[in-house]
Parts: sequence; structure tokens; C-alpha cells
Amino acid sequence: MGKLLKIAVRNLLRYKRRTLLTTSLITLGVVFVLVFVSVTGSFKRLMIAQNTDSMLGHLQVHRKGYVASIDNLPLNLNLKAGAIGRLEKVLDAQSEIAAYSPRIKFGAMFSTFVETTNIRLNGIDPEREFQTVSLLPGRVLEGDKTLARGDIWIPELLARGMKVKIGDTVVIVATNQDGSVNGKQFKVAGVLESVSGPGGRDGYITIEDAAEVLRMEGMEISEVAIRLHDFGRLGVVSERLTGLLEQELNQQEKPIFELHTWEKLSPFYNIARMIDVMTFFMKLMLIAIVLVSIMNVMIMAVYERIREIGTIAAIGTPPGRILSLFLLEGLSLGVAGAILGNIVGALIIFVLNASHITYDFGRQKDLLLQVSLDPVDVFVLSVIVIIIAVVASLQPAFKASRMEPIKALRHV
Amino acid sequence: MQLIVAENVHKTYQVGEVQINALKGVSFAIEPGAFVSFVGPSGSGKTTLLNLIGCLDKPSEGKLTVAGVDVSSLDRRQGAAFRGEKLGFIFQDFNLIPVLTVYENIEYPLLMVQDVPARQRSERVLALLEAVGMSEQKDKFPGQISGGQKQRVAVARALVTNPALVLADEPTANLDHATAYQVIELMKRMRDSFGTTFIFSTHDPKIVGEAETIFTLEDGRLVDTQVKGEVNHG
Repeated sequence: MGKLLKIAVRNLLRYKRRTLLTTSLITLGVVFVLVFVSVTGSFKRLMIAQNTDSMLGHLQVHRKGYVASIDNLPLNLNLKAGAIGRLEKVLDAQSEIAAYSPRIKFGAMFSTFVETTNIRLNGIDPEREFQTVSLLPGRVLEGDKTLARGDIWIPELLARGMKVKIGDTVVIVATNQDGSVNGKQFKVAGVLESVSGPGGRDGYITIEDAAEVLRMEGMEISEVAIRLHDFGRLGVVSERLTGLLEQELNQQEKPIFELHTWEKLSPFYNIARMIDVMTFFMKLMLIAIVLVSIMNVMIMAVYERIREIGTIAAIGTPPGRILSLFLLEGLSLGVAGAILGNIVGALIIFVLNASHITYDFGRQKDLLLQVSLDPVDVFVLSVIVIIIAVVASLQPAFKASRMEPIKALRHV
Repeated sequence: MQLIVAENVHKTYQVGEVQINALKGVSFAIEPGAFVSFVGPSGSGKTTLLNLIGCLDKPSEGKLTVAGVDVSSLDRRQGAAFRGEKLGFIFQDFNLIPVLTVYENIEYPLLMVQDVPARQRSERVLALLEAVGMSEQKDKFPGQISGGQKQRVAVARALVTNPALVLADEPTANLDHATAYQVIELMKRMRDSFGTTFIFSTHDPKIVGEAETIFTLEDGRLVDTQVKGEVNHG
């Protein structure tokens, strides 16, 4: 095989310009796809992280039916103490869960004594919330990065619109489950950077304050956000948890809980899907480039070497060896293109990172483009190119191996 | 036992709607170790006959046995294996592989056809390089040597597998007379050294004289057979 490969490589070097052009074309294709996959992949990861680590968490558990009415933030679909205990028992038993955080979500009136507007609020346990959505403290643009009882964090647009500053006193008025109205004063402790996605413009108070405003008699929560140790295991853990939670039934023998991954809760999942679809089509284009360029070169190679093929066939070279020789030529082109493409692609990604390129995402400005080269992408692209290179060589190689030596030797 | 036996061999080609009778009932026998030439004008059937003996083609009628094997019975793969084991070829245009050195061209059949181990390959190739006087040129590529040298390499390549028979179709057609004579002398010397049967076709009367057996073909028929001064009209 080594000798056959040596002959194949020398045959390619016989037509240096053509080989160089074909390899360059494959290299360009690999570079283009690799850089595209890496940039969009990095963007996708950042976008997902912004959603999951700023607000959503990786998974969320609600009372059955809550998500269908999530826009109303229905208080009558909160989980009660008994259900919370059962849920915590299940979650505490999962070693793959890094942290989880209970929340009370509700809509309220926000008043500065001069002006009033609407606000969506999250009642949280700060310590557990920060473990679950680790980017949340980082969103505090002004004020304290800790949230104490009597404090409120408000979104920057609201602060600007209502001309509210850190330390100002505001009033939150909310309608309780029984239809009565209650109000409570809060001190503005932080102004939050608004982020794109569900919950990106919500305010925060402590869970105890939320329960007080809503005059809850016992412990109630609207949702539990969950963070996993390994985001890559989301599908597996989600499936297992769904199975476990479905076994938790109410008195009517119906499931109490529903579990959703971030994908079901955020519209950005569709953008992530679109990126995947675009990546798929980019890979298809790469396949087309490799297929056409290598097939073209190999057809030419066979046509130009008909007498040579006749000679090696006449002196007894088995058809299988002739087939292998031409397949190895295609393979060598593919391997060369893949290696060069990966090297050049890696260099371009290095330059992109060194250039500190920034971009905006929704309301977030100057996000740093941090492109990472995923070894899986490098491997998958290389395998695609090499396989397609061999497939593209099959027809010309087969033709060469089936050539009648007597006709080939007569070829002028 | 005869190395080659041809009994009433016919070969017909269909070119479009025209039927061409390239061989019309040719019969002959060739002994092992013979130095044979087929002569005749263009279109007389020399190349067709060499192609049949070389298992590159099959007779339309009649029987042709080479080294005890009926060539008509071989399929494509068996034909390749038979050629690799029993036959050597020398071509008019040398047909060396341009990307291989002189050494590698001679080594090629041992490597790609017979799977001979490296050490034996090396011994055999070096011995043949010495025998054909090309040891000094072994690292050159075909494009770097003369026509006569190329044909010497071709002779060595044909002999490297120890074939029973070497077929040479117009091996001297592209060489000047002096070089052509040297190549024929080389072939004869190789026959003497290795006992290999050589069959070549030519239309050069000076070269023809070097053969020990001369078959003359005309219009697809064997019209004359000469063996070392004795003349038999066929």
C-alpha cells in the first residue's frame, strides 16, 4: 500500500498546476466551512449561554399547565408546599444537577409616587439563583450585586424611562390570588442590563418579599430553574427527569409537574436551529465542491493516462490494484485539501480572536467574538472531505480498472 | 513440449459494419527458449497474433495454447494473473511509467503483480540492471534517459518476473539501427542467460536476420517459416 501511495502521489505531482488548483479549491471550501461553523457555533453557544445563564437556566419545572399560560404569570398555577417537597426530593437525588432555584413570578404595578407602570417580577433566593443563572449578578449595571430583603433590581429601560436612581424608594402593587391588592415599598438596589429573550427585562426581589406582597399563607413557587454540571447532557438528563416527574401524580392520578428544556422556552432555539440548517447547507456546498473538482481531475487523469493504464494492465497488474491506485490519488487530494484547509482555517480563527471583534446581540452591545475551533468539527469536516474525495474517484477509478489493455494500448 | 501451439487460429474484428479478417487460419508451434520473429508488412496480422499470444485478446476460431493454457478459457482476472506470471512485454514506445525511476520501473511487476518480498525484489532488480547495463542510471526517470536506454529498461522489466515468454511488438521501431541492433543483441543475450523464449515482430530486414525462427505473415496468413537457414514454405 505504501508503494501504491507513493506512485499515486507522484502521479498527482506530475500535473502540478492542476493538482495545486484542485487542492486549493478543496482547501478554500474547508476553510470557508470551518470558519463559518466556528463563528456561527461560537455565536450560537454565546446566545444559548446568554439565555440559559442570564435568565432561564438549562431546564425549568412548573406545575402542569403553567407554561401554556406563562404570559399571564398565573398565580393559581403555582406549586404548593407538598408538591415543592416532592419535587426537591427528586431533584436532590440527581447527581447531574449542579444547582436549582425556586422562583415566584408575578406581574405588578411599579410606582415612583409620581409615575406608574407595569413590571414583571421574579421572587428569588439570591444565593441559589446566582448558582443556577450565574450571569445574573453580572447584569447589574449600577448598584449592589447582592439582593437583600426590601431591595429591588429593576431593568435599565424602566430605570431610564421612570428616571429612577439607585437608593430611590418605589412601590410595588400586586393583585393576589384571592383578587385583593397589596403594596410594599422597596429600595432600588440595582439596575439590570436588559438582555434578549424571555425574562430579559424582568425585575428581581427576594422570594420572601414576593410571598409577602402576594400575601401567600404557605410556601408557593411558580417555577424551579435547574442548572446541569454538563450542558451537553441536557437531552439525557431531561429525558430521565421527565420520566421521574411523570411518576409524581396528584389526587386525580394526573402528573403534577411539567419539565421543559430552555429550547422549549426560548424563541432563540429557532435561531439556533436555523444556524444548524445553514451549517448543513454549507457542508452540502463543500461536498459539491470536493465531488466536482476531484471527479473532474480524476476523469482527466484517466483519459490522459489510457496508454499507461493499458501498459500496467498488460503486464498483469490486477484490476483491483489499478482501482486502488486511482482511488488513492483521489484520497491524497482529499487528505491534502483537508489538512491544508484545517491549518488555514485555524490560522484565520486565531487572527479573528486576536482582532478582538465585537458585535451587538439584541440590547447587548460590544459582545466579544470568541471563536473556538471544535475538534469535532475539524474531524467531521475532514472525514466528509476524505470520504467524498474517494467517492468522487470511484467512477474514474472503476473505468480505469475495467479498461481493455489492448484498446488502451492502441489509444493515441 | 511446445511452449506455444496455434491450430487454425482466426481473428475477426468488426469495425462499424465492416468485418476485418486479421488472421485467417494460422497454425504454428514454438519451442521453449526459442528466439522468434514475426515479419510482414503493415496489416499482415503480426500485432494481432502477438496480442493473442499475450492473452490480451482471444481468437475468433481455432485453438491457441500458451504454456499449456488455452488462452480462450481465461477470463479478465485470470488473463491478468497469467500475464503477470508467465509473460513479459516490450512495447514499441517503451511504455515506461514516467513517475517511476529506472529502478522502480523494473521493480513494478514484482511489487504490483507478484507481491515479491522487498529483499528478493532488490536482488532481482539489481541483477537485471547489471545485466542490461543500466546500473548507473537506476535513479533516473524515463524522461532523463535515451530511447535505447529506455528499451533496455523495458527488457529488464519484461524479464524481472522470470517469465516463460517475452513478447516484443516492434521493439526497435523507434530506435536508430545501431541501437536497435544492440537491443536485439541484448534480448538474445538474455535468452541465453535466462532461457526465456523471445518473440518479436519487426519489418526491419536487418533485424529480422537476428532471429533464429522467422514466421512471415501476409494478409493474415502464415506464408513462410524459416529456421536457421532452412526454408519451409507454409
